[in-house]
Amino acid sequence: MDQSRIRNFSIIAHIDHGKSTLADRLLERTGAISERDMRAQLLDEMDLERERGITIKANAVRIDYKAKDGFVYELNLIDTPGHVDFSYEVSRSLEACEGALLLVDASQGVEAQTLANAYLAVESGLEIIPVVNKIDLPAAEPERVATEIAGILGGSPDEIIAVSAKSGAGIDELLEAIVTRLPAPEGNPSDPLRALVFDSYYDIYRGVVSLVRVVDGAISDGDAIRFMATNEDLVADEVGVRHPSIEPTGRLGAGEVGYLITGVKDIDLIRVGDTVTHVERPAAQALAGYDEPKPMVFSGLFPTDGDDFERLREALDKLRLNDSSLVYQAETSRALGFGFRCGFLGMLHMEIVRERLEREYDLDLVSTAPSVEYVANLANGSKVVVHSPQDLPDPAYIDSIEEPYVKVMIITPKEYIGTVMELIQTKRGEMGEMTYLSPERVELHYIVPLAEIVFDFFDQLKSRTRGYASLDYEPEDYRVSNLVRVDILLNSQPVDAFSTIVHKDKAQIYGRAMVKRLRELIPRQMFDVPIQAAVGSRIISRETIKARRKDVTAKCYGGDITRKRKLLEKQKEGKKRMKMVGSVEVPQEAFVAALTIGDE
Amino acid sequence: MRPDSADLADAATLWKSAYVHIPFCLRRCPYCDFAIVDESVEGRSSVERYVDAVLAEIEMESGIGPLDAINFGGGTPTRLAPEQLASIVESLETRFSTRGGAEISLEANPEDWTESLAAGLVEGGFTRVSIGAQSFDDHVLSSLGRNHTADTIASTVASARAVGFRSVSIDLIFGHPGESDESWQTSVERALSLDPDHVSTYSLTVEPGTQLSREVRAGAPAPDDDVQADRYEYFVEKAQAVGIIRYEVSNHARDGHACRYNLSTWGNGEYVAFGLGAHDHIGRVRSRNHRRIDRYLEAVEAGERPRLGSETLGAAASERDALMLGLRLACGAVLTDTATHFVESREGKRLIDAGVMGLSGGRLVVYKPMLTDAVVREASSVSAADC
Repeated sequence: MDQSRIRNFSIIAHIDHGKSTLADRLLERTGAISERDMRAQLLDEMDLERERGITIKANAVRIDYKAKDGFVYELNLIDTPGHVDFSYEVSRSLEACEGALLLVDASQGVEAQTLANAYLAVESGLEIIPVVNKIDLPAAEPERVATEIAGILGGSPDEIIAVSAKSGAGIDELLEAIVTRLPAPEGNPSDPLRALVFDSYYDIYRGVVSLVRVVDGAISDGDAIRFMATNEDLVADEVGVRHPSIEPTGRLGAGEVGYLITGVKDIDLIRVGDTVTHVERPAAQALAGYDEPKPMVFSGLFPTDGDDFERLREALDKLRLNDSSLVYQAETSRALGFGFRCGFLGMLHMEIVRERLEREYDLDLVSTAPSVEYVANLANGSKVVVHSPQDLPDPAYIDSIEEPYVKVMIITPKEYIGTVMELIQTKRGEMGEMTYLSPERVELHYIVPLAEIVFDFFDQLKSRTRGYASLDYEPEDYRVSNLVRVDILLNSQPVDAFSTIVHKDKAQIYGRAMVKRLRELIPRQMFDVPIQAAVGSRIISRETIKARRKDVTAKCYGGDITRKRKLLEKQKEGKKRMKMVGSVEVPQEAFVAALTIGDE
Repeated sequence: MRPDSADLADAATLWKSAYVHIPFCLRRCPYCDFAIVDESVEGRSSVERYVDAVLAEIEMESGIGPLDAINFGGGTPTRLAPEQLASIVESLETRFSTRGGAEISLEANPEDWTESLAAGLVEGGFTRVSIGAQSFDDHVLSSLGRNHTADTIASTVASARAVGFRSVSIDLIFGHPGESDESWQTSVERALSLDPDHVSTYSLTVEPGTQLSREVRAGAPAPDDDVQADRYEYFVEKAQAVGIIRYEVSNHARDGHACRYNLSTWGNGEYVAFGLGAHDHIGRVRSRNHRRIDRYLEAVEAGERPRLGSETLGAAASERDALMLGLRLACGAVLTDTATHFVESREGKRLIDAGVMGLSGGRLVVYKPMLTDAVVREASSVSAADC
């Protein structure tokens, strides 16, 4: 393909603003996919993505489009996740593009994540086509939204394309704009090969499949290639494009986007962000890669049945083949036995991993309350990184504890500014600058401890602003805070899995709420069970789960005795989802009780 | 002999008994999920056919004998004429023979009770009657869908005594949300003042598919476990004070008046069973009859056993049944291998530490009878994993 007729672009959009529907429509309109094979959310291949209506993994697809100038153009659409947990995937995808569609819901307006990603695209030098979607909705205000976008990006509201991804209105105009307004890739076809690996996934038959963007030179089947960061020499078994089904082409030229299979099974040999070059005539310099995403949230995952530990290990190993951002190491809990401390990009990522482990690997898991990464500065001058509250050293040896802070951006209608400020205050946040995006909508900046926003902040923000505010955040730095560990004792025994690190001023409230919540979540046992919250040896709160008093079949005579027994056995089977902690049966949801206590 | 004696329970494991199900009822009670024929809907036209079918079914069974106990349950056995009931007793005695002193028992509804019924029953060989009193609070009785009054119960008990039944039992249901502590105390007081030989106390249970269950789902108050536990403990204490001793979760009796048929079933003993939805246990086979009256009648009239299905138990499964049943007894379960294994398991130790059960008199005894299902559940998981 003539390089001047290639266009590589992504779609930047907030969840529910219609990105996947727009992608579906582009595929359909250009005939990339027949009507027969069409299904909604075509690029979201995982069941979980389709069920939740979200995109988790990036995807790339080639569309051939015959433009009004009579030429056929090769459009490479790189689909990206919209959730803040996966923003690193967005930045990777943008590296492979020259342009981006900034898709905004005509009734919702610009949201924080969209804005953050749009800024990212501008910084990466991408050409942006603003698109207002859902113009056919009764609540649509395309003019207001267009003015807002123009205010943010500069330019005129007239340059904004109005579409309805659902009905297909405006799609032709958009395709023309992609061809006429986005630049062609600039790489040099005669330079030594440089191709960026912007994602990879594991296929059980083919091994690691890498998604690549060829910047300079060209890559063909059978080429001896080198991954520059790992310095691994391999052979390009097969290259091709995704249409979206895989289609070998034998060659990918400068500016093209496609896939590369080397037959490698070990995902660690091929790093996302690495540059592929030829062994003969290698490039002098690798492309600017990107850092591996850093896990922000840590949580313990334990099999309910201790015998499943090895199966859990295998499942994590396999899952990581498609998700290099997942980190884990074996952990032992007195309460829960053997499991893994896992690092996640955020709460959604955590939920997804857990759900995939349970669904795809048939595991029954207990997860512990998530924690951020703390650093304990010890009196002897050394530092201890703490991923799990139970690993916090004895306070007697601790000089100070640091916690991660993040830069938070919130976009909200101006009438909720006061509400948002109040919320931020309860979360130990510091006010930063405030910018009016339009007379109605404001962009607010704060510095907040990550631990305060990562768990339920988003839900609280949404409920307090009736769903109108949106949120984005990125790591800032580590700061010393006055933190303590609150332990929970069940039946007078401390349960390590329940320990949490909180700010000292909040320990009392947290302890009380946690104990109360656990009393609600743990079913009555055959004896009284005291629940206590403690900081060190000081008990700060106490409740008692009263013993269960009745659990019996009133009438049991010469009827169906065996059936009755089997029923009881089945009920016991169901109770295996409970975890025995000492002599107390604890349901799985109790281990994440901390997440559901809110700010009572 | 004390009703809770281990010797009695041991002896009962060898007894043979017969159960006859009489499905007819004046109407269905709101809490009932039994196999019945609701006369207010279906009429009484099938009564005679049914008696004939039961007699025919008895002829198809060669099974066991001689019998130590015969029990008529329901439904409402007293919806049949005493002659009809007597003909079934006679047929059972002819077919299987009975041991001297055999218990011949039936459940009776005070609404059906008359002096001539009573006389006919004794005449027909019945030695024991279990009177469905349920409550002595007329308001609660009406909530339970019962049309008799506290006074009817008193006269029924007096009549049963006078006519010569050897054992007179009273059934009570406790824990209806419409029942207060005071009303329960009155019921207990009045029941005990009638000087019964035996009392069965059942906590009201919301069974799926019943009218009660629909009402609760629609927002009516459900029975409360703690309240029921209080009521239960209150009864056990009051009854014991007048010499009526608990010998099973829901059953209490004076010395010499434990129900033989029931003791035999809790001893995992053998019994034949006839009638709609009836279950028998012969050898290690449990069989069950059709629950639909048309299917039941058609099968018997075609000369077939009216079986819905049957199951042959392995030795281990049978021992698990025996443990479940034994744990309901006040004297406890025999320490079979299964029971011993449970006692020594982590689950068993936990229950012993919590004071819920323990070893007593060489048997495994549940000390908190209202938690028996919780204990059985743990026991079944230990043994099931093993067998």
